[in-house]
Amino acid sequence: MGTTQLLFWLLSALSIFSAMMVLISKNPVHSVLWLVLVFFTISGHYILLNAQFLFIVNLIVYAGAIMVLFLFVIMLMNLNKDAEPQKSIWMKLAGAISGGSLLLIFVSVVRSASEMQSKQALLKTGNIGLIDQLGKTLFSEYVIPFEISSVLFLSAMVGAVAIGKKH
Amino acid sequence: MPIQYYIALAVILFSIGVVGVLTRRNAIIIFMCIELMLNATNLLLVAFSKMHHGAALAADAATKVGVEGQLFVFFVMVVAAAEVSVGLAIIVMMYRNVHSVDINFLNRLKN
Repeated sequence: MGTTQLLFWLLSALSIFSAMMVLISKNPVHSVLWLVLVFFTISGHYILLNAQFLFIVNLIVYAGAIMVLFLFVIMLMNLNKDAEPQKSIWMKLAGAISGGSLLLIFVSVVRSASEMQSKQALLKTGNIGLIDQLGKTLFSEYVIPFEISSVLFLSAMVGAVAIGKKH
Repeated sequence: MPIQYYIALAVILFSIGVVGVLTRRNAIIIFMCIELMLNATNLLLVAFSKMHHGAALAADAATKVGVEGQLFVFFVMVVAAAEVSVGLAIIVMMYRNVHSVDINFLNRLKN
């Protein structure tokens, strides 16, 4: 087993464990910190797949901006106390069972799909994830969606201010 | 690395997100689980893009097959950032009105 395979298994185990801990933690601040760890491991997977631009964007946007926004809101509302109202044990059991059956269906579909049997994801090589390739495609073929997303950001900003301000 | 391993990992992360949405009552945790599901799909998109790139690389060394998948992940991140800003503003406003982020208080939206 090479270093790449070892890293893949390590990152996968760590990301699944921290995703479970996001659910199990009672304290919302701990959940946010575990979720940051999930994002770090997913960024590690992007590095393994040689998607370097997405690696750095994932770190900056998700682990940096979005999670800091979550932490900010939690601390602003003083929610970091353990007395969170819990659902009843039956509701939790029903949720876990339905999520587990969704997982079961997904896994059985993937295992029986003949198109996916012998396909390999290219690790470490391939230069499509570099910023030069992505930038050329983004600013030649996908320039209209890029500009539309700037309008989306503007409307999200206006919406956040309009919703958040005191009446 | 076989693509099925990546599919399995993304599916497990997605299902953990679904279970979180179904079992927790804190609106912020539910929001975080939605982010987790978005990230699982992002990982799967990147893995598929590398899969198609690897298949096309054997025929043509300078191929750019698969760039679209990674650009789509970029746009998903853009939409997620916009969604988080508006969603957190809604949660803050809900907290200001009912002094709780428990989603069971939201059932007054019914009438």
